[in-house]
Amino acid sequence: MKMNGSQMVCEAITREGVKVVFGYPGGAIMNVYDEIYKQDGFKHILNRHEQASVHAADGYARATGEVGVAMVTSGPGFTNAVTGLATAYMDSIPLVVISGQVPLSLIGTDGFQEIDAVGISRPCTKHNYLVRDINDLPRILKEAFYLARSGRPGPVLVDIPKDVTAEFGEFDYPDSVDMPTYKPSCKGNDRQIKKAAEAIINAKKPLIYIGGGTVLSNASELVRELAQMTQIPAVETLMARGVMGAGNPLLLGMLGMHGNYASNMAMSETDLIISLGARFDDRVTGKLSEFARYAQIIHVDIDPANIGKLVDVDYPIVGDIKIVVEKLIEQLQERVNPKNYESWRDVLKRYNTLHPQSFKDSDEVLKPQWVIERIGKLVGKEAIITSDVGQHQMWAAQHYPFDRARQWINSGGLGTMGFGFPAALGAKVGCPEKVVINITGDGSILMNMQELVTAAEYEIPVINVILNNHYLGMVRQWQTFFYDKRYSETDLSYQPNFKALAEACGGIGYDVTTKEEFDRVLLEAIERKKVCFINVAIDRLENVLPMVPAGGALYNMMLEHKD
Amino acid sequence: MENIRRVISVIVMNESSVLARVTALFAGRGYNIDSLTVAPIPQSNFSHITIVTKGDKRIIEQITKQLNKLVPVFKVMEHEEMIEKEMVMVKFSVKERLSDIAALCGAYNGGIVNVGPDIVIAMAADEPKRIEHFLEATQIFNPIEIVRGGVVAIER
Repeated sequence: MKMNGSQMVCEAITREGVKVVFGYPGGAIMNVYDEIYKQDGFKHILNRHEQASVHAADGYARATGEVGVAMVTSGPGFTNAVTGLATAYMDSIPLVVISGQVPLSLIGTDGFQEIDAVGISRPCTKHNYLVRDINDLPRILKEAFYLARSGRPGPVLVDIPKDVTAEFGEFDYPDSVDMPTYKPSCKGNDRQIKKAAEAIINAKKPLIYIGGGTVLSNASELVRELAQMTQIPAVETLMARGVMGAGNPLLLGMLGMHGNYASNMAMSETDLIISLGARFDDRVTGKLSEFARYAQIIHVDIDPANIGKLVDVDYPIVGDIKIVVEKLIEQLQERVNPKNYESWRDVLKRYNTLHPQSFKDSDEVLKPQWVIERIGKLVGKEAIITSDVGQHQMWAAQHYPFDRARQWINSGGLGTMGFGFPAALGAKVGCPEKVVINITGDGSILMNMQELVTAAEYEIPVINVILNNHYLGMVRQWQTFFYDKRYSETDLSYQPNFKALAEACGGIGYDVTTKEEFDRVLLEAIERKKVCFINVAIDRLENVLPMVPAGGALYNMMLEHKD
Repeated sequence: MENIRRVISVIVMNESSVLARVTALFAGRGYNIDSLTVAPIPQSNFSHITIVTKGDKRIIEQITKQLNKLVPVFKVMEHEEMIEKEMVMVKFSVKERLSDIAALCGAYNGGIVNVGPDIVIAMAADEPKRIEHFLEATQIFNPIEIVRGGVVAIER
């Protein structure tokens, strides 16, 4: 079938089953937008900033497990999208981002809105393409979707010069891809899996260390089964919250810099780490030489480069978590004795009683942890929670009762402020039946607040709970602890009127200072089904605790801070 | 961990910007490149990149794994058993002792390749270590310009 490049783009997006595209038009991508106008294969949502378009596609992908698609123009349109690409890249989120480019004849001439998009995005995409020939376009689009979702997922950029989007060619969309250089291995080596199973059977203090790869692989049911069958305790990384489910007696909690006491002590004392889709990030390990000194390590990861990158591994297994855990369960069936780990579980239980994840509530001022627990009580399992980056993100990760994978959406790897609101839009568009709440801070929310307009226009009822301490709280906390309270550029006392801001953009605004108000407002916000800001005045000087200071050993936690 | 020198052969799809992907990976992750050569493999869609690098065991392992992750990379070969050769060209004044220069080049698989009214150009092709020796030996003839070709290697 003969088509022009723009029709090919729309047709490929439709054939890949994508129902919604987030984007922002401009000169170099106009031909494609002209075809979008004519087609009805997918819906387009006009964000008010390209960064938000990519975050929205990202939130859509995280909530649904499908590939998210964003579309931007050349030059500044693309450079605005870079933070979105990098955010998705660090967390291995499947995205296809289509960018316009100046016509082929102008490339390299410093043309208007020209920038080397493939050059800039090389380190923050799984792969990228500059389409130089209309005849390559169908194959490249097919490969882009395949690369984004297969193996270790990630964002793929397709940069298309304007003349290519107008040129006609044969649209022969391949059913499958033929890439001799790209063959991710998913199955896991059976001999290694057997050896790993032996190690588990022989271990005295094993620990399941669950990472975001478990979510990406949709393996949370199997991981719960593995834990249940073996009665091996588990810790979750920031990216894996929800995999085990709150209230699961085998779940110790989150580990790492702001992990709880029992989790970090478990990691420090275990004799066998069963790492499932985690990558031993510095925020998790603390000082590497002191990390898990007594442990052998089973490392299951679909990306071989993650294995042995930071710690030496005894049982490397390259494969998809789902497939490998299934095989592990098979190997362990009726051979593992849960009683063997009983005394280990008791030790950890005692740690948990000694220093549970807790906070000191107050009658005078709202505590952020109370707000988060309250959201959990009021909407719990039903909601999807997104977050920005900072103290509120850690409090949410610590205190929200996450019950399933994909319920918790945050920028863990890159740590992108401004991610939460647009990601919540994407999540809500992907899962319209769910209540979607962005837990954010007074710093982060301003970094993509223009999305109020998008949410109001498309009637996407996302609830933003702003935990407002009039500070860039996390940086302020570090200044309190490590910089003698020199609060350099972190005081955000000068603020917009958040309530009026939301209303000016067509949403609803609330100011909250008491517990009673919060309950009433949150329930009302859910009821009214409109984008809103709930501006919650919280204790200005509340800290995120416990804390392992950067570069410190995981077992040396700061449990409280006294002035 | 102690630094080791390694020759890494990378077979890549012959497509635009593939060399940029490889070098950007080294720059972005802070790996060294001591030498890099690239040329197409005859009768194929592939090119052969030869990289000489230094790093401890963990870094060398990461380099090969990260290279393997690049989509247009077909194969990465890294081991100790490689036959290595490097070429070098040196410019001398024609007033130097030409027969001595010719004899020296002869000892390193080379010779004089061009003679002009003012200058003479000589070449040698040998193992990288021996090329170092050759260049040391040329010093007495006051070389005007030296161009090294970078290492190429093939599995034994």
